[in-house]
Amino acid sequence: MSKVERFAIPSASVQYREWLMRERRGRLTVRTAQVAILVVFLILWEVLPKAHIVNPLFTSYPSALWPTFLELLKETPRQASILTHTWFTVFATIIGFSAAMVLGTLIAAALWWWNDLYKVLDPYLVVANAMPKTAFVPIFYIWLGATLSVYGMSLAISLFIAILMIYNGFQGVDPNKIKLAQTFGATKGQLLTKVVLPGSIPTLIAALKVNVGLSLVGVVVGEFQSANIGLGFLIQYGSQIFKLNIVMTAITILAIVSSVMYLAISWLETAVMRRR
Amino acid sequence: MQSSTTGGAASPKVELRNLNMRYFSLEGETEALKDISFSVAAGEFVAIIGQSGCGKSTLLSLISGILKPTAGTVLIDGRSVSGPTRKVGYMLQQDYLFEWRTILENAVLGAEIQGADIAAAQARAKELLTRYGLGQFLHHLPRQLSGGMRQRVALARTLCTEPDVVLLDEPFSALDSQTRLALADEVTEILRRERKTTILVTHDIAEAISMSERVIVLSRRPGQIKSDHPIRFASGDDEGRPTPFQARNAPEFNGYFNTLWQELEVHVEG
Repeated sequence: MSKVERFAIPSASVQYREWLMRERRGRLTVRTAQVAILVVFLILWEVLPKAHIVNPLFTSYPSALWPTFLELLKETPRQASILTHTWFTVFATIIGFSAAMVLGTLIAAALWWWNDLYKVLDPYLVVANAMPKTAFVPIFYIWLGATLSVYGMSLAISLFIAILMIYNGFQGVDPNKIKLAQTFGATKGQLLTKVVLPGSIPTLIAALKVNVGLSLVGVVVGEFQSANIGLGFLIQYGSQIFKLNIVMTAITILAIVSSVMYLAISWLETAVMRRR
Repeated sequence: MQSSTTGGAASPKVELRNLNMRYFSLEGETEALKDISFSVAAGEFVAIIGQSGCGKSTLLSLISGILKPTAGTVLIDGRSVSGPTRKVGYMLQQDYLFEWRTILENAVLGAEIQGADIAAAQARAKELLTRYGLGQFLHHLPRQLSGGMRQRVALARTLCTEPDVVLLDEPFSALDSQTRLALADEVTEILRRERKTTILVTHDIAEAISMSERVIVLSRRPGQIKSDHPIRFASGDDEGRPTPFQARNAPEFNGYFNTLWQELEVHVEG
């Protein structure tokens, strides 16, 4: 169905083949540069501490991470496996952004339904969103205890931005589409379920993208303070006993976790957008 | 098809009585329409012309019941309109197809909202879409269709709920000029054959003359009825009326055009 197909010439001209080659070469250059940056970074991280140009005590180095990882994999009575730590962090993040999306959508729908409610709450939402939520980590610990405070921080850090983004998405639905549904006598509930919500799917995915990252931040910061498990705890613990190998291993796993979650959402986005 | 011819001249299909419409804002109030009264017989095709901002679209929104007049009443089949009814189908300036629905799903939107029998609506929509040459696109998405095709889907969506009265709000204004002429012919033919009572709003004088049997001219804001012209052509098809395309070449066309042009008092600014 694409327009290119319709005008495609069966036997490609020399110029077209040259153009294709240039395109491919361009793409290859970009990929190479991306890989090169990572490689250079890892080499510097390895070489600089080993040559004692920077203190290895402060930075650790990549080749130390794998042995550390293997060591942390072991489950001891005093120490949970790093996989358990990772799972707790990932699980709390999933709970955090799922709750933020569900609550955010419900609250945004309520604000859409009762416009006066939005007018009243607008300044509070804006301030709540601008607040540094991490300031509440100690308070959440007191209020909610060790485990719940991590979930609480994960939700708190992503909820308000979720509400604001989703509400703006609802507002951004073409008013003419709403008018069209009204010409058929649509009720407010029908406007919400047949026009506003399905019309806001791209916004919901954008909000999800933002929230996954924010929830992970909330979980890690929450774990710094209160938990005795999770990657945030491991980072805190490792730095207290000055074992940077542990800290860097945990941070590397965090980088992998956030990449995987980002890829998962990109995949979801492609799957949903194919219908548009 | 519902028999829409029973009303006759004695009881109009659509009647507007002393309609007034004002819009309010903090800056003040705007009088959009002033003392509008006219009636449309069952099966009649009426065009309303006026310059941009004269309240034409407001008038259709009032007839459709999605807006309430500040004063006055709209009657359909002698009954006062208090909200959108199934008797009225409203075709907007653009197709506004929902990009997340297939063509068929878009066409049954009205029936779905009105809680009608979906299976029957789908059968009807398929028949309409096939008749409009879209049979092979039922499960395509709107973005895969051209502007003219999309507007045909919008027509199917409007007629799928089987309204007696069809309101057209500059339905071709977003199309290129060739598609526009072709579609005007098609739509007029469909609406005449189904004997729908039609009210077309446009700023295009030629479109109004060629499609309708009667042209009502609205003045500038506040919109008031300035004049009401019956449009008659000597030549025509079996029904005694030329197609819009033929009408544009009819000898009477220029006379009507000049009259209406003067009535509209078009002043180009700048």
